[in-house]
Amino acid sequence: MSLSLSPDMRTFVSGACDASAKLWDVRDGMCRQTFSGHESDINAIGFFPNGYAFATGSDDATCRLFDIRADQELAMYSHDNIICGITSVAFSKSGRLLLAGYDDFNCNVWDSMRTERAGVLAGHDNRVSCLGVTEDGMAVATGSWDSFLKIWN
Amino acid sequence: MVSMSGDRQRSASTSVVQEVSTSKDSPSASTSTVAGSSNCSKDKKMSGTSSGPTMGHVLPNSLATVCGSNGMAPAPSAVNSLTRRATANAANPSEQGQLHNEESPNHIVYRKMEHIIERMQDDNAGVSVKNVKTFMNKIPSVFTGTDLTNWMLKNLDVTDQAEALHLAHLMSAHGYFFPVEDHILTVKNDGTLYRFQTPYFWPSNCWEPENTDYAVYLCKRTMQNKARLELADYEAENLARLQKMFSRKWEFIFMQAEAQSRVDKKRDKLERKVLDSQERAFWDVHRPVPGCVNTTEMDIKKACRMHRPIKSARHLSVAVAGGRISPSVSEVDIQCPAATIQKEIEFLRKKLARTNIKVSKVAESYISFYEQYVEYDPFVTCTEPLNPWVSDTLDFWDQDKSGKEIQLKRVRRWAFSLQELLKDPVGKEHFTKFLEKEFSSENLKFWEAAQDLKALPSSQVGARAMEIWNEFLGPEAKCPVNVDSKSHEATRLAMDKPDRWTFDRAAAHVYHLMRSDSYSRYLRSEMYKDFLSGSKKKVTGRSFIVPRLSNFNLTSN
Repeated sequence: MSLSLSPDMRTFVSGACDASAKLWDVRDGMCRQTFSGHESDINAIGFFPNGYAFATGSDDATCRLFDIRADQELAMYSHDNIICGITSVAFSKSGRLLLAGYDDFNCNVWDSMRTERAGVLAGHDNRVSCLGVTEDGMAVATGSWDSFLKIWN
Repeated sequence: MVSMSGDRQRSASTSVVQEVSTSKDSPSASTSTVAGSSNCSKDKKMSGTSSGPTMGHVLPNSLATVCGSNGMAPAPSAVNSLTRRATANAANPSEQGQLHNEESPNHIVYRKMEHIIERMQDDNAGVSVKNVKTFMNKIPSVFTGTDLTNWMLKNLDVTDQAEALHLAHLMSAHGYFFPVEDHILTVKNDGTLYRFQTPYFWPSNCWEPENTDYAVYLCKRTMQNKARLELADYEAENLARLQKMFSRKWEFIFMQAEAQSRVDKKRDKLERKVLDSQERAFWDVHRPVPGCVNTTEMDIKKACRMHRPIKSARHLSVAVAGGRISPSVSEVDIQCPAATIQKEIEFLRKKLARTNIKVSKVAESYISFYEQYVEYDPFVTCTEPLNPWVSDTLDFWDQDKSGKEIQLKRVRRWAFSLQELLKDPVGKEHFTKFLEKEFSSENLKFWEAAQDLKALPSSQVGARAMEIWNEFLGPEAKCPVNVDSKSHEATRLAMDKPDRWTFDRAAAHVYHLMRSDSYSRYLRSEMYKDFLSGSKKKVTGRSFIVPRLSNFNLTSN
């Protein structure tokens, strides 16, 4: 369902409907590592800015942080009241904030290191389908099924 | 006394829930309802006897029959055609039904919502359901929006009212409860009345109702001469459109609607009110008011995947488009479990063989990464000049464009790593000047050329690779780079069939050289220090969105 290229452009990770994420080598097209833990389809995947970890967003209503060097799940971002799947994820430039777009029309901001919710961006009237942080890290844009593209500050 | 009657009505309306969970002993469940409701027992008896022998013993008859396992009742029920579809689904679950049940991404959401609904409908700790009497009529088994949000605040882990409302709205949009008076499925925190949907109509039952069902439903409503059943404008439009669409079948649809409305008329008044509203809410979910969100819609990517018949994919034996090159569970795996386990063992063995870094070490690295880069994250640290998205001034971008003043923190960043330095065009330019002074700028040029090669169209790769070889590595190179003999030999062999990665090894070697040698000298050089002190100093402030990371432990270990 999703792909993310590592910052050094040598590898990429893919998130699939079999609930696993795989690390691939761009050069030889081989799967290097497989990460499991999610309970449903992985819809979104994004590299941590240092390139050693990536975050995933899944239909099981959780985001998770996987580390490539440690070869395992490092953190899970979830809440009892968040019951909808995640469609998109992105890190802030320092990696401290993880932004995730949800099917419940919201965009939640997670403190990636404390695994707590740091904020909510509410304003869409339908599912948030995509999300991106600008290259300079100044703003985040969300696209939604309500036909709006919103830029948040 | 008031609360008593409230409870009774509640059991009458929610008895459907019991009916489903205890479909086998439905007579006992229903007898309790009989005993409980006294105010309208006469009507109920009447409807009970009239609706046929199969469901004479069940009071809220049609629905109970629909929900119960004996959905094949001969008598036409209110939701006749829907019932048939449902039973058909139940009859051969191997078909679409099961596929949806297990694979539908929405299913997880439904399960969670139903769990909450179950708690809400709990007799003791749930939301209290009452009958409300107004001037002329009585509204059976409803609750107010305030009741609902208060219950959520008390029983669920929600922080504030806005969050409770959001959750309530979401569940309402999925049709688990609905406003009694309105087509628009939303929840307001006031005295608006809401009613629970019967589990039969829950979206988890894999409804994909067809237009004919909708036509029958709309047609039926036109037959009943009641204000509350009057079609809304958009519904009337839909009906007209459907009539045009099904012009040939219309007689059949009309007959079906007639039969259903006849059954409806025999039912008790209050019960009818509830059933009508629940049916209406069902259609509000599946054919929402224009402008409202249809929650049953599915992501097109997922819909494509799910509706693709698995059989045909197997016949073709081609990787499914957009699909899985190495699925974790393929058809082969199911056929021979031994092979699957063998694969898994291999996978785990590989995993064991890999040298992994401890999680604690990794976690620390993230904290230090964050601390190093926190200044450069505008979400966490205020920028100087202000973030143009926040301040509505273009100073930040103007400054970037003019490029005269370079901020101190930007120059400081060059010292983090060679990679950071080369990423910044100004940094790269400065570093190139430094290398020129040292007469080793060819290293950087070669490395850059090797990187650029990777982004070229395939058709140009071969020619460009040749050029690079001749310029930097060949025997008559104009500006030869200092590469160790092994890498040089490997590259020479790779030049037989040049591709994007031909120079990777040599470039890595050169990069390592630059990093360990030139780069460290650059950082110590007067040139860099001058640049650093010449750049603009600015004090950075912090914003408050995240707490400081000074003393905390990561939750994972």
